[in-house]
Amino acid sequence: MRALDRKLLRDIRRLWAQSLAIALVLASGVMVMVMSFGAQRSLSETRDTYYERARFADVWSSAARAPMTLVPEIAAIEGVARVEARISEFAILDIDGLDSPAMGQLISIPAAGEPQMNRLILRAGRLPEPGHQNEVVVNEAFATAHGFTPGDGFAVTLNGQKRDVSITGIVLSPEFIYTIGPGSIMPDDQRFGILWMPEDVLAAAFNLSGAFNSVSLGVTRGTDVEEVKDRLETLLKPYGGTGPYDREQQTSNAFLDGELKQWDMMVRVLPPIFLVITTFLVNMVLGRLVALEREQIGLLKALGYSAWEIAWHYLKLAMGIGAIGIVIGWGFGYWASIGIAITYGQFFHFPYLVFLQYPAVYVLSALTGLAASLLGAIFAVRRVVGLSPAVAMSPPAPTRFRRGLLDRLIVFLKPRQPTMMILRSIGRWPLRAALTTLGISMSAAMIVSGLFMLDSFDELLDVAFVQVNRQDAILEFAIPRPETVLDDVENMPGVLLAEGGFATPARLYHGSHTRTIAIEGRRDGATLARVFDGDTREPVPPGDGIVLEARLAGHLDARPGDVIEVEFLQRDAQRHRVVLTGTVQTFFGLGAYMDQDRLAGLLGQVPQVTLANVMIDEGQTEALYKAVKDAPAISGITLMTQVRRSFDETMAESAWISVFIFSTVASLIAIGVVYNSARIQLSERARELASLRILGFTRGEVSYILLGELFLLVAAAIPLGLWLGYGMAAGMVASFDSDLYSIPLLITRKTYMRAALVVAGASLASALLVRRRIDRMDLVSVMKTRE
Amino acid sequence: MAARIFHTEGITKVYRTGEVEVQALRGVDVELFTGEFTVLLGASGSGKSTLLNILGGLDRASAGTAWFSDHELTAMSDRELTRFRRDHVGFVFQFYNLVPSLTARENVALVTEISRNPMPPEEALERVGLTHRIDHFPAEMSGGEQQRVAIARAIAKRPEVLLCDEPTGALDSKTGVQVLEALERINEDLGTTTVVITHNAAIRKMAHRVIFFADGNIASVETNAARIEPADIEW
Repeated sequence: MRALDRKLLRDIRRLWAQSLAIALVLASGVMVMVMSFGAQRSLSETRDTYYERARFADVWSSAARAPMTLVPEIAAIEGVARVEARISEFAILDIDGLDSPAMGQLISIPAAGEPQMNRLILRAGRLPEPGHQNEVVVNEAFATAHGFTPGDGFAVTLNGQKRDVSITGIVLSPEFIYTIGPGSIMPDDQRFGILWMPEDVLAAAFNLSGAFNSVSLGVTRGTDVEEVKDRLETLLKPYGGTGPYDREQQTSNAFLDGELKQWDMMVRVLPPIFLVITTFLVNMVLGRLVALEREQIGLLKALGYSAWEIAWHYLKLAMGIGAIGIVIGWGFGYWASIGIAITYGQFFHFPYLVFLQYPAVYVLSALTGLAASLLGAIFAVRRVVGLSPAVAMSPPAPTRFRRGLLDRLIVFLKPRQPTMMILRSIGRWPLRAALTTLGISMSAAMIVSGLFMLDSFDELLDVAFVQVNRQDAILEFAIPRPETVLDDVENMPGVLLAEGGFATPARLYHGSHTRTIAIEGRRDGATLARVFDGDTREPVPPGDGIVLEARLAGHLDARPGDVIEVEFLQRDAQRHRVVLTGTVQTFFGLGAYMDQDRLAGLLGQVPQVTLANVMIDEGQTEALYKAVKDAPAISGITLMTQVRRSFDETMAESAWISVFIFSTVASLIAIGVVYNSARIQLSERARELASLRILGFTRGEVSYILLGELFLLVAAAIPLGLWLGYGMAAGMVASFDSDLYSIPLLITRKTYMRAALVVAGASLASALLVRRRIDRMDLVSVMKTRE
Repeated sequence: MAARIFHTEGITKVYRTGEVEVQALRGVDVELFTGEFTVLLGASGSGKSTLLNILGGLDRASAGTAWFSDHELTAMSDRELTRFRRDHVGFVFQFYNLVPSLTARENVALVTEISRNPMPPEEALERVGLTHRIDHFPAEMSGGEQQRVAIARAIAKRPEVLLCDEPTGALDSKTGVQVLEALERINEDLGTTTVVITHNAAIRKMAHRVIFFADGNIASVETNAARIEPADIEW
């Protein structure tokens, strides 16, 4: 081994603590890259292949009842490659061992056998046979939640008729990768299942012989989907069409999109931060090493080593540190990606989701990691290797301090000399102080941006479940009913209060903007489901006009007082003009609200209800559950207490994981920056500090001079970091915003405190490590060496 | 006869670096007296610096006892040694060890701020003849000037003893003389016991007493009947 390489290994060994501190920062960046990039690629590629193979549809629409004869007309729309008309309904399920009723979405399987779009993947058993009244296949998650295998059964209320069905098979569907029931925000596979039954059976049960109420379309590549949707809407309008939607609005796909967007955000924002800090740290540590070895460099040059050979020596040191970080990052990235694969296994139902390890991601992360440390090294080495041997071998000129404006201010403040030393050091190297501050503040920012989610979800829960939705359960009716049905509901056992809800699909127009949504009819004074103004938290009555969710109003670029044009999809093409009375904030969906009577008036019908919000006497839930299971008119039930609980559980679990990960990673940054800064300060000022000790300064006083500067920078970095964290959080909230949900931007004092404490704690710990070195400083030998 | 300020009995010092043992001091008995100007002379490695460091509370003896007046230095804790240096001892080294980020006045103030009965920094600098450089940073001064700032810093707390390890080692004759003159004036005016280590034999003629070191022990002690002025030293 060459002598210089031997020196290299010894240098790394000698600088192990500092090298490790840097390597861990880089490792965090590499880990996030491997993990996020891998997760994103795996998820999107698995999804795309799955969609392709299962022929995932491009456009969907529901209708009240459309004749099968319409199908050829739909197929004739330009760009439509495939059409599948089917029956889709909701039903109450009664499952042995489950007290509460569950809800099922029934989808028909064509008589010809397999669906040609949204193909099912059979995981066990077989598909039901046409004409077999009681055969059903269910989605795998639902089966797993109940331990169902083919041959097991339960009861379904089909259009008011309760019948026992037997499971013939267990399947996966591309339409239900993420299974979420209507009105719910978290998957609950115990209480929501997808059931496929033969078309003839469902047609008979729901009086839809020769007709369909749901259609899905496949389009050829390059087709304008909007055009197809328009044509489809026109065709379905006479048959109670509810407005076509495409993949973007398809629930399961939209949740997947949201997930992909989060990873995309992660991979864009986090690794660059870690890489930049790595560059800074390598630059700082190598800069000091090169300064210390200045005479050796001069000597090497005098011996005949070229500038490039010497530079290469130091670059190799940087690459060594980089390599350690990359390997650690790979290890943790691999481990984290397995964790993600397991989590995805629970939430997303793919036939073959394996978390793929992409060699390219590993290569890419290694290249960027090495580049980051090399960049830092190049800046550090550049100047010294350019010196002539004679100049390099003589000691550098003493640091010059000058009386600038800042110095006049420092002198004016008349601090004690140790404080003066601290302030002058910052004033002398302002860039270094600024970068150190920025580095530390990134650590605080990262914690805030990681943990604010907990605050936001708390707020979300509070608004969604305490202030807005106060009902214990939502009962859905198979068909719209007159409002008098609420009296019947109130007569059910355990129901204390029932309030009606009505929704009809509509298209809103404002200027050049348009949106297809559902308008809900409300009665003033409804207490179980309310809508609030986002700021004042006061209910907003629609009066004669319409109230919109704030994001929806934003999409339409509409302000209170503007006139909105409303077209009801299940009626004629007439546009009704209504005034936007106000906006509300609900975080889920894009809601639009009108007075029940006004809405019924525009629709030209008597007020109806499609659902009932109920308040339940807790002591009688069992009796109510039993009654619901046997009630023919009820096609669905959402138990809000369950929704709340599953949301809470899921959040609590992932909350602690993110608290742990973000705190660790952020601590690594704080430690990396503070420890290295302190070590370098100690190295640069060892002589100065030793002479102070000789003058009679105590260890504490000397530590103050060394660490005081860092504490000052940490004190400046924390508020800066909290502010940057707020900015990052705001950016994340904006990027998560979708039609399905939005997240409130709320950061509590607790989160700020936690971030400040973690950064302060990590800084203090690193400072104490360095303080031990001050305590052990050998005064005599330090003084004898020439700087 | 003046009072004894330092005395040692059988001081030995052994350094272990790896597997090599170096015997720096081999049972030194020495006495230093209040107000005396003493020069320690000897070749490199003869043990004079080691003795000075032990007397100044910078290093610990391997065996034997050392006393400052009636305080036993060899029995003091780390904290007590720091206190001792802070209250009683001034140091001057070959390399001046000034804080580069502080001006001459501020370097002196560094010490006066933690002393019990200091002189004003201006007075200390006047005593070494540097009133006109009082607001300069170390990088703006010559080596001799920097060393005189170091002396001013050492005496500003009115120490009983001033310990100087090769104070002129890095200087030319002209600036060396200025530094020695400053040391002598302080010894005369303030009566500070002054110990100067040097390997420049010519300097011995300005001392009250000269202690010769060889191989970790005292070889001989010589008292000057007549002292000469620093300016008359043949460099």
